[in-house]
Amino acid sequence: MKRWIFFAALLIAAPFVFRSGLALSLLSQIGYIAIICLSYNLLFGQGGMLSFGHAVYVGTGAFAAAHVVNLASAAGWWLPLPLVPLVGGVAGGLVAFVLGFVTTRKAGTAFAMITLGIGELVGAMSNMLPGLFGGEGGISINRVYGGGWLGFNFGPQEQVYGLIAVYCFVCTALLYAFTGTPLGRLLNAVRDNPERVEFIGYSAQRVRWHAFTIAGFFAGIGGALATINFEIVTSGEAFSALRSGGYLLFTFLGGASLFAGPLIGAVLLVLATMLMSEWTQAWLLYLGLGFCLLVMYAPGGVAGLWMSNWPILRAGRLLRGYASLLLSGAALAIGVIGLVEIVYRWRLQLDYAPSVLLVVGLIALALMGGAAWTLAWRHFHPRWLEAQAALAGGAR
Amino acid sequence: MNNTALELRALRKNFGKTEIIRGVDLAVREGERVALIGPNGAGKSTLFNLISGRIAPSSGEVLLNGRSTAGATSYEINRLGLARSFQISNLFPALSVFENLRVSLLWSLGHGYSCWKRMSRLRDANEQAEALLESLGLAARRDVRAAQLSYAEQRALEIGITIAGGAKVILLDEPTAGMSRSETAHFVELIRHVTKGKTLLTVEHDMGVVFGLADRIAVLVYGEIIAFDTPEAVRADARVQEAYLGAVPC
Repeated sequence: MKRWIFFAALLIAAPFVFRSGLALSLLSQIGYIAIICLSYNLLFGQGGMLSFGHAVYVGTGAFAAAHVVNLASAAGWWLPLPLVPLVGGVAGGLVAFVLGFVTTRKAGTAFAMITLGIGELVGAMSNMLPGLFGGEGGISINRVYGGGWLGFNFGPQEQVYGLIAVYCFVCTALLYAFTGTPLGRLLNAVRDNPERVEFIGYSAQRVRWHAFTIAGFFAGIGGALATINFEIVTSGEAFSALRSGGYLLFTFLGGASLFAGPLIGAVLLVLATMLMSEWTQAWLLYLGLGFCLLVMYAPGGVAGLWMSNWPILRAGRLLRGYASLLLSGAALAIGVIGLVEIVYRWRLQLDYAPSVLLVVGLIALALMGGAAWTLAWRHFHPRWLEAQAALAGGAR
Repeated sequence: MNNTALELRALRKNFGKTEIIRGVDLAVREGERVALIGPNGAGKSTLFNLISGRIAPSSGEVLLNGRSTAGATSYEINRLGLARSFQISNLFPALSVFENLRVSLLWSLGHGYSCWKRMSRLRDANEQAEALLESLGLAARRDVRAAQLSYAEQRALEIGITIAGGAKVILLDEPTAGMSRSETAHFVELIRHVTKGKTLLTVEHDMGVVFGLADRIAVLVYGEIIAFDTPEAVRADARVQEAYLGAVPC
């Protein structure tokens, strides 16, 4: 309960703390991407379904929202904007229900390949149906239509953020509640051992299929909120494999094994794609490096890192070990990042000539940082394992 | 006269040209404990896979309480009241011991694929899972992940998952495999306790267990039942002795 109050307070306080227009735009994106990443993790973390085609259901919701808003404003239907995401959700859920019947017949690698194929198929098809998907220009909407709702016309970004925040909170709560239902637990069982599920009276395929449909519903809500946020949706972007890959990547980075992990993933996704891409041209390189490091050293993602280290830190243990890792890691990172930036600038800017001293200094810093980090890690890791075991034993 | 709970009629299975099960007829009475024995490669596991619907027979049929299970999937057969365990523990490793048992009895309590009920509020499921935990001797390990259990505990949980759904016909595939002598003795008691009043068909290599537990013994050799009788009669059977002592003339 305390956590939910904290979460709600965070959603309410965020726009008051970060007041710039950019911040509000970023927060809005984080809000609906959080729903999408959570819905993705329903498949990935909870159901063991590695989907490469989640953008299909997000995109379906996005286009359904665009069409319904345009229809409603043209025909003067009574359809307040706050209900539009539900339309997107139903559309996403329906498409997931139909396509999921095929996709979820298989698990594991076959499932992943089928989702990849369907993702490409839908992407290609959307280009061939300009009537439905608006061609290259996409479909624009005007979210300020009808007479408004309870005094909100959803023109200003603040109001859109409010709508997104409410949906984000409710969807998070619903998805959390789902984990505690029979289907939610069966989904975990199917992830762990689909074969055995068949011998306790359940069809693993149906469990996957139902979960897939529910994930599609929430993905559709996220997509519809994106349309409301940007007032435009284009098929080239909405259905791109890059989008699907992004949801996978950042859900993993945030932490797929914990319910809240994808929320962290959503924050990272928006910060990386919106801010890092402004700061540096090498952002994709950093993203790739970060992903590789986490896969190798912290498969639980950021949330997993937090869960395994916070108890040790709170107990005040290994503080010097953490500090030395942090310092040497920072030196290594500064060295590497400095060199990468110089190389990028050198390749892209003709009149740029880096000073030899700086390059040599950065190389030295990176090497020393790397060596220091390795030494610190060798000292730290066995003690870290001990501390882990001790804390686990104490808890028991 | 008891009713027949499980009946195999002229059951055959070939993989390509190799006949693994070569016409098995077997009728297990309700409430009876039958041990299925036979040398390695006799087809015991294949027979279990045929009965539980994991693979389909090439010909013949399996009847559960007089109903043919032809064409039924594993989960449909399970719903008809037949549950099986596995020779190699087949658990839900990342779920807690309690959760392993609780998901295993959801179907029998009619909770289906529900995504609107809350597990914590399902009194029937929670109470039954707790009771099962108790009778398996796993109460102290309630919240441990199944993957972290000791081998013997995993074997106990394997049985627990099998019987959780309240199936009337239980198939156990080498339940005591890999256990020490003292563990085995304890385990046989456990099996006897939790399968009370049920029909039991078990594959077993430990002859102590077989003769201690079974009402009747079926001997499977090269895909055929060569004997099916009381322990005393089977022990005295010349063909069984041949099969086990390897005195088959070539």
